[in-house]
Formats: sequence, C-alpha cells, structure tokens
Amino acid sequence: MYPSRFRYEAPRSIDEAVALLHQGAGEAKVLAGGQSLVPLLKLRFAAPELLVDINSLPGLDYHRVDADGTIRVGALCRHADLERSTILATRQPTMAAAARVIADPIVRNRGTLVGSLCHADPQGDWASVVTALGGYVTAQGSSGRRNIPIAQFVTGPFQNALAHDEVAVEAVIPAPKGTVAGGYLKLERRVGDFATAGAAVALEMSGAVVTRAGIALTGVGGSTIDAADAAHALVGGPLTADSIGRAADLAAQAAQPRTDHRGSADYKRHIVRTFVERILTRVAQPTERAA
Amino acid sequence: MSSLFEEIREPVASDVPVRRVSITVNGEKRTADVEPRLLLAHLLRQGLGLTGTHTGCDTSNCGACTVLFDGKAIKSCTMLAVQADGHEVTTVEGLAGPSELHPIQEGFKDEHGLQCGFCTPGMMLAAKALLDENPDPTEDEVRWALSGNLCRCTGYQNIVKSVLWAAQKLQSQSAS
Ligand SMILES: Cc1cc2nc3c(=O)[nH]c(=O)nc-3n(C[C@H](O)[C@H](O)[C@H](O)COP(=O)(O)OP(=O)(O)OC[C@H]3O[C@@H](n4cnc5c(N)ncnc54)[C@H](O)[C@@H]3O)c2cc1C
Ligand code: FES
Ligand code: FES
Repeated sequence: MYPSRFRYEAPRSIDEAVALLHQGAGEAKVLAGGQSLVPLLKLRFAAPELLVDINSLPGLDYHRVDADGTIRVGALCRHADLERSTILATRQPTMAAAARVIADPIVRNRGTLVGSLCHADPQGDWASVVTALGGYVTAQGSSGRRNIPIAQFVTGPFQNALAHDEVAVEAVIPAPKGTVAGGYLKLERRVGDFATAGAAVALEMSGAVVTRAGIALTGVGGSTIDAADAAHALVGGPLTADSIGRAADLAAQAAQPRTDHRGSADYKRHIVRTFVERILTRVAQPTERAA
Repeated sequence: MSSLFEEIREPVASDVPVRRVSITVNGEKRTADVEPRLLLAHLLRQGLGLTGTHTGCDTSNCGACTVLFDGKAIKSCTMLAVQADGHEVTTVEGLAGPSELHPIQEGFKDEHGLQCGFCTPGMMLAAKALLDENPDPTEDEVRWALSGNLCRCTGYQNIVKSVLWAAQKLQSQSAS
C-alpha cells in the first residue's frame, strides 16, 4: 500500500513548522510518531498535499515535572519514554498504568502522547487519561500560544480544536493539591489491540478524603467519555464500599457502548463498572495506591 | 534508483519532488533518491535489495517489518524512507558477522525458534533491541518485548527459548 503523493518538509523550529502549516492552508498535516497517520496515508483515508514532519524539532522529546508538581509532556515524548518514566512511576499512577498498555512495544517506540490526543480516536487511551486528570494541550500557531482544556481540545471522533496552522507543543497535567492516586485499566483482546473498554481514574486525596476525582472512559462511545457524575460522587468523602459502588454504577451509566466485534454493549458496560470498582478498591486499600 | 518508482504503479509526474536521503544501513552509508511517500520497508527491500525485512500485514500490526532505527525497534512499514535520512538502520542482514551467525540467530537455530521463518527477522531485531537494553531478561520480559511481533507458526514457545538462549550466550561471551 502506498500513500498518495505529498510534499514533505522537516522543519527545524516550531516557527518554521507553523509557517509551513500556514502556507499549507489546510492541506498540510503534522507528522509526529506516524503510528496513526502513516497507516491512514497508506489506506488513503488521509491525502494531505504536504507533510510537516516535526521529528527534527529540537527540545520537544521531554517529559518533566515542575517544582509545583505540574507534569509536562512534549510533542516528541514517545509512549515508550512514558512507559519507562520514573517520574510517572513515582508521581502519576494513572499515566504510568496507561503507558504500558498503549498499542505494542514497537509502536510505543514511535507514537507520542500528544499525537494520540491530536488524533482524537475514541479508542485512544491517552485522551481518557488526560480527561480524568483535567489536563490541557498547549498549541502554537501564527497568532501565538494558547492552552486548550482537553474537554475542548477533542471536538469529536478524530477531530481536534487545532487551527490548520497550529502545532500542539505539549500536554500539561496541572499540579495536584493533594496526594495522588488512581489507575488505568484496559481490556484488550490481544496486545496491540485497541480497548474493548478502558477506564481512567485519577484522584487527589487529603488523608482518606477524596478532594478531586476524574473518571474517563475509553472505547465505549463516539468519543472519550468524561464520567463527571461518577467522579463527583466520590468528592468530599472517604472511599467506602458504598461510594465506590455508586461511582462504578454512574460510570457504567455514562458509557454509551455499541455492540461490535469486540463485545456486546452490555458486556462493555459491565467491564466499565468492574474496572472503576477495581481501581477504586485498590486505592482504598492503604498499602496500594495504584492499579 | 528507478526501481523505487517502478514499484509505485502510477506515472511519475515531472514535478514530483524527489529527495536524496543518506542512511547508514548495517553500518554502511547508503544514498537514494526517493519520493517522500516511499516507505522505509520498500526502500530497504526494493531499493537496497535487503529482502530480509519482510512485509506481512502492511497495516502496522504484525511486526514482520521490524528493523532497528537508531537502536530502537520500529515497524519499517510505518515509517517513510525520508524520515530515516541521517539515521542508522539495522536490518536482519546486519546481524551476522563476516564468518559467524549472531548469537540471536544461533539461538533461533538451536532452539527451533522458527518454522516458516516469515516473522523471524522481525523477531530477531525486536530481541536484539531487548538484549541491548536488558542483557539478562526474564521469560516474562522476553514475552513482553516480543508482544508486538506476531508468529503464525510456532506458538512462541521456542522463540522465547531462543532469545533466552541468546541472552546466556551473549553474557558468557562478554564475561570471557
Ligand atoms: C498496531 C497499532 C496499535 C495501536 N494501539 C493503540 C492503543 O491500544 N491505544 C492507543 O491509544 N493508541 C493506539 N495506537 C495509536 C498510537 O498510540 C499512535 O501513536 C497515536 O494515536 C498517534 O500518535 P503519533 O505520534 O503516532 O501521531 P501521528 O500518527 O504522527 O499523528 C496522528 C494525528 O495527529 C496529528 N498530530 C500529531 N502530533 C501533532 C502535533 N504535535 N500537533 C498537531 N497535530 C499533530 C497528525 O497530523 C495526525 O492527524 C496504535 C497504533 C498502531 C499502529
Ligand atoms: S508489515 Fe509492518 S507491521 Fe506488518
Ligand atoms: S515462523 Fe512462521 S510466522 Fe513465525
């Protein structure tokens, strides 16, 4: 399979990339890890006139934590960097759990978190994680930089809020105010498959009391689902069997699964309920804060 | 490099921008003029005649096309040849020394790690990336590292044994 013809540029600075996208006037596409875009080009579902390969942009392969606890993931930070990250392993259990279940190890060597958010696949795992964590994307375009909260960034299946001349430069997870807990669980038929269903749970706690909660669902709707009601049900109290059960029920209600080759709608709803309950139950056991 | 364009069965318009790339393949610097849409797998196979890199699914799923890109395992059917400009690529042809097999190849031979052999080049390069990073992996770690490579024949059991065999051999080599 061959992509249709395109011109190719590999700019050396973000400004240059933005200028190329601007000239491209909507017919240009950013190429990051290529693990979603190259397959689409080969199938000719995408046929841009110009590819702007950002892999040569210096200084975007980072992920780091600021002094206040804000986590920043640059546009060229690969899934594999996050899988091996000691920062995430010690500070961000939801991201750490997700990093190891994205695609397969070879795809993870190239694919990026930011690219995954831009791709906005309803079955993409990172969009759920970043939604549960209340993160945002920083974009740079002809008219400067702006921050786009994830809820507004993903505008629909495979659609994002970027203007045609904007590059997403980093994804940001705001600093937590309390102790961080949570996890990500994904059911896949085999390694490398997209989620039959997945659940991201991100909590901040003050002692035993939940002070902030985010729950988001993968693969059970036309786009990433923010199970806000389920999350709200947890805030202000400790995790008890009751509150966990209520949140799990509400998350299952928020899911809008469709029956397909990966499973029936009922089955997927059941998985959502089970996963949310499982993550929260693990967090509630004081010895283990990650799922 | 006209063979690269014959493979793409569409008339090449005169204004198609062709780019010269320079890639270090198995330690040797190679240059080629490529259309930007040419995939790395096709440059390796058709352009450079390195047919050890297989294309199985052509949909980024099977890992038969795995090569090392600056030491990391990547799917060469999911990367453009132009993206490899200035980088190092290792294919299965780059594993063996002038007179002897690489220990990973020996392992696959000794432990019967292949049947039809279609997945084998990709398996061996994924294994090399693992052993370069982690010379003494557990069985679980081997399975994890190879989980992006599909094999329709072996049931994986002997592939895992082959890689563990190679790990031991490589370690005893570096010890002596
Ligand atoms: C076999 C296989 C299995 C997979 N399984 C999973 C899975 O289980 N879960 C999962 O979440 N994903 C999965 N993926 C997708 C993978 O995670 C991709 O890496 C990811 O979706 C896209 O990231 P990328 O860097 O590869 O982006 P690309 O493929 O380069 O780009 C994707 C899209 O985003 C745009 N884009 C990318 N980066 C930017 C940027 N910085 N600014 C503006 N636009 C940008 C591109 O223009 C394009 O439209 C799988 C992929 C494969 C091949
Ligand atoms: S041929 Fe590249 S992954 Fe199957
Ligand atoms: S040996 Fe035949 S596919 Fe693996």
